[in-house]
Amino acid sequence: MSARKAGKITASPTSQASRAGRRTAAGAALVVAALVSTAACGGGGGGKDGKGGGKAAGFNAGINKVASASDKKGGELKFIGTQDADSWDPQRGYYGFMWDFARYYTRTLVTPKPAPGAQSVDVVADMATDTGKLSDDKKTYTFTLRDGLTWEDGQPVTSKQIKYGIERTWATDKISGGPQWLMQVLDPERSYKGPYKDDTPDKLGLKAIETPDDRTIVFHLPKPNGDFLQMLAIPAAAPVRPDKDTAEKYGLKPFSNGPYKFVSYTANKGLELVRNDKWNRDSDPVRKALPDKISLRLTSNADDMDKKLIAGEYDVDINATGMGSAGRQKALQSSRGNIDNPQTGFIRFAAFPKSVAPFDNEHCRKAVIYASDHTSLQTARGGPEAGGDIGTSMLPPSVKGYDPGYDPFKLKQGKPDEAKAKEELKACGKPDGFRTTIAVRNNKPQEIATAESMQAALKKVGIDAQIDPYDGAQSTGIIGAPKNVKAKGYGILVFGWGADFPSGQGFLQPLADGRFIQESGNQNFPELDDPAINKLFDDAIAETDPDKAGKLYQEANKKVTEGAWYMPFTYEKNIIWRSSRLTNAYTSDAYNGRYDYASLGVVR
Amino acid sequence: MFAYLVRRLFAVIVMLGVVVLVTLSIFFAIPKLTGTDVATLFVGKQADPASIEGIRQKLELDDPILVQFWHFVSGLFAGRDYTGGGTTEHCPAPCFGYSFRNEQLIWPVLTDRLPVTLSLVSGAAVLWLLGGVATGVVSALKRGTLWDRSAMTVALAGVSLPIYFTGLLSLAVFHYWLGWVDGEYTDFAEDPGAWFSGLMMPWITLAFLYAAMYARLTRATMLEVLGEDYIRTARAKGLREPVVIGKHAMRSTMTPVLTILGMDLGALIGGAILTESTFNLQGLGRAAVVAIGERDLPMILGVTLFTSTAVIVANLVVDLLYAVIDPRVRLS
Repeated sequence: MSARKAGKITASPTSQASRAGRRTAAGAALVVAALVSTAACGGGGGGKDGKGGGKAAGFNAGINKVASASDKKGGELKFIGTQDADSWDPQRGYYGFMWDFARYYTRTLVTPKPAPGAQSVDVVADMATDTGKLSDDKKTYTFTLRDGLTWEDGQPVTSKQIKYGIERTWATDKISGGPQWLMQVLDPERSYKGPYKDDTPDKLGLKAIETPDDRTIVFHLPKPNGDFLQMLAIPAAAPVRPDKDTAEKYGLKPFSNGPYKFVSYTANKGLELVRNDKWNRDSDPVRKALPDKISLRLTSNADDMDKKLIAGEYDVDINATGMGSAGRQKALQSSRGNIDNPQTGFIRFAAFPKSVAPFDNEHCRKAVIYASDHTSLQTARGGPEAGGDIGTSMLPPSVKGYDPGYDPFKLKQGKPDEAKAKEELKACGKPDGFRTTIAVRNNKPQEIATAESMQAALKKVGIDAQIDPYDGAQSTGIIGAPKNVKAKGYGILVFGWGADFPSGQGFLQPLADGRFIQESGNQNFPELDDPAINKLFDDAIAETDPDKAGKLYQEANKKVTEGAWYMPFTYEKNIIWRSSRLTNAYTSDAYNGRYDYASLGVVR
Repeated sequence: MFAYLVRRLFAVIVMLGVVVLVTLSIFFAIPKLTGTDVATLFVGKQADPASIEGIRQKLELDDPILVQFWHFVSGLFAGRDYTGGGTTEHCPAPCFGYSFRNEQLIWPVLTDRLPVTLSLVSGAAVLWLLGGVATGVVSALKRGTLWDRSAMTVALAGVSLPIYFTGLLSLAVFHYWLGWVDGEYTDFAEDPGAWFSGLMMPWITLAFLYAAMYARLTRATMLEVLGEDYIRTARAKGLREPVVIGKHAMRSTMTPVLTILGMDLGALIGGAILTESTFNLQGLGRAAVVAIGERDLPMILGVTLFTSTAVIVANLVVDLLYAVIDPRVRLS
């Protein structure tokens, strides 16, 4: 057989090879040294400041203001990225960048305001003439559609198609993976089975939505929800035309009603959009639609992606999860003017499940918080710029109810407080410390670094923490399953969280409402179930005035933070690249600090 | 010869069956052992039991492994239907499965990715065969000279340096610094010039690694062969040195080279993973890596089966070629 033959024949060269290897080891070292020094030259030589564009607009020029405002049309806006969308189907996509990008080809009744920073948290009318009429009992929303809404074949968009699109969310076996907020709010009992199992002739069997005519759509909520407009601003509320609905495959080529349409898409390779000439600019107060063409190229090499951005070959990293350390250092040194450093709205944290002793005791949880070194944790996340500010509570700056001065454990000073930690240990009945396990995703180097930082700091007060890195892709079934957490004895869970929409309901409720504890995919990691906190959420959600709701979320935040259920590491920030030719670039809180893609242009 | 072929082909089929069965078993055993549910990977952030159950049904996760094995194998020859949630998707033969992650059939993805990998591997193979074998022969003939030592030093560097080092290095120098070559792959049909330019770096990088191994292998084998009796006889007969080396010694030297080449080509067709990742070539190896990252089980199964077939077929071809190259070998 060939394998045996080959094995026998290759055996002898190996022994000769090792002899030759010893003889020439010194020579090899020289060659390697020469190659490495060449690499250093290559790395340093390419510091050109983005070819093919104007001058960079300046460090943080896109934070809370518009960098390089312009209304000039034309050109190709070139995105690059390392991660494809989970789906480009409006009802299935859940990645933040997909929601941002989706505005190119799909529209919703309302949408985040196209304005920098915190202003984007408000929603404005998009397909609707206004942000809807709310009934006195706050349970009925009525919208009227604008004139001139069209699909890419020129046919008008009707309210029934919006209803049909929303109904697709209910078909969770086919249209899986997308956000389910509308389903939870409109039909909490799940009495509707989705349009594919709908016996009514026009497949519009969902009772909670009425379409009295083609221009009117009425939503009936079983109970008021102050964030309902935010939920309608998610692409999951976009229309789909039944005759163009290819079910599971819709995400491969969504039928456009926005300013651009799909020409091509290959999963994990890239996509191309061109202008949708049937789109009426007059009908759309939100989208600038400046480039003639929009492309996305997906790459496998994150370091090379940063290089390509710095070299000016691409304009924006569509994922915007922050540049890698090599690219970041180079960019901060030589091209600082192309960098923005936005808040992402994420909090990176450790959670303490109460089912794992001794974290059922508040004082043991507090001991961990006091003993940890918060400057070291910030450094582990990447430092003040690439990692973010030291977190002091469980509401991020982008959410109403956040109070910058609130810091009950004095974490901002950035030093461990060993005396207090020891006091808390005594109060917990563990004066000599205890043993526990930190669970951390094995594919997130920064999370592993934070776990190591905690391990070192906790040791000083006698807490012996083992680190257990687990398969990060399986987190829903590992740390998201309370049974498993208890069985494995995971006392400290390292994780991060960002809201689907910037409100206390979107951010804090899944983390801290006892009714959100689930068998799998659980996000309420401490398994916190406090009737007072649950009631605060109910009251806040029923409140349609965002400022009043913010006050209630602030109270809930205080209870969660002071109960020491979570220990925040950072209010996350990112370093993102803005090419020199980009115009109208500003970061948007509604899209986790990404640029508002619908506003970008490439011609000055 | 005919009986030999039939026997080998039968072994190939059994082997591929085992590969499919083992791959399937791994997919279904691991979630059971680790206590995780494959269906939860597909439901997104808000996982409710009804959605998970729907996905379980669609992915046929409740069927026993042998039933799944039968569905897969019969699909390969007869095609199969995927039913779920009220609609049906037909997958014509050869049905390598359906990716629920990307909502597409596996076979068209494989055929879309194959040309990229073939472009990479064939170009690199030409380079490393020419470079590696020539260097090895010359080194063997000039054993102990400066040429031999420096060639073997470079070869040692080639074997030792990982692709992601030499790859990034060559990109840094030839693309970003000197600007001589494209940093991206273009389809041959789209622009042959750009195709060539984009593949230059991957070819050289991959060939550097393999040429080094082939040079060392060729040199060692050649030295061994030159010590054989029949070479001495050939020289004693008064044959000219080019004939001794080129005709008599080369034939024996090429046997192990060919063996390794067959296995390398087979393996690379499914797995030039590092090269494809470093240079962002969207080939089969890259498809496998992405599929593993996304836990796209049908895609992993498809690539695995495709790759195993390539390795096994390449080995079969090599065995047949032996008879051509080495007159001492008879297939029976």
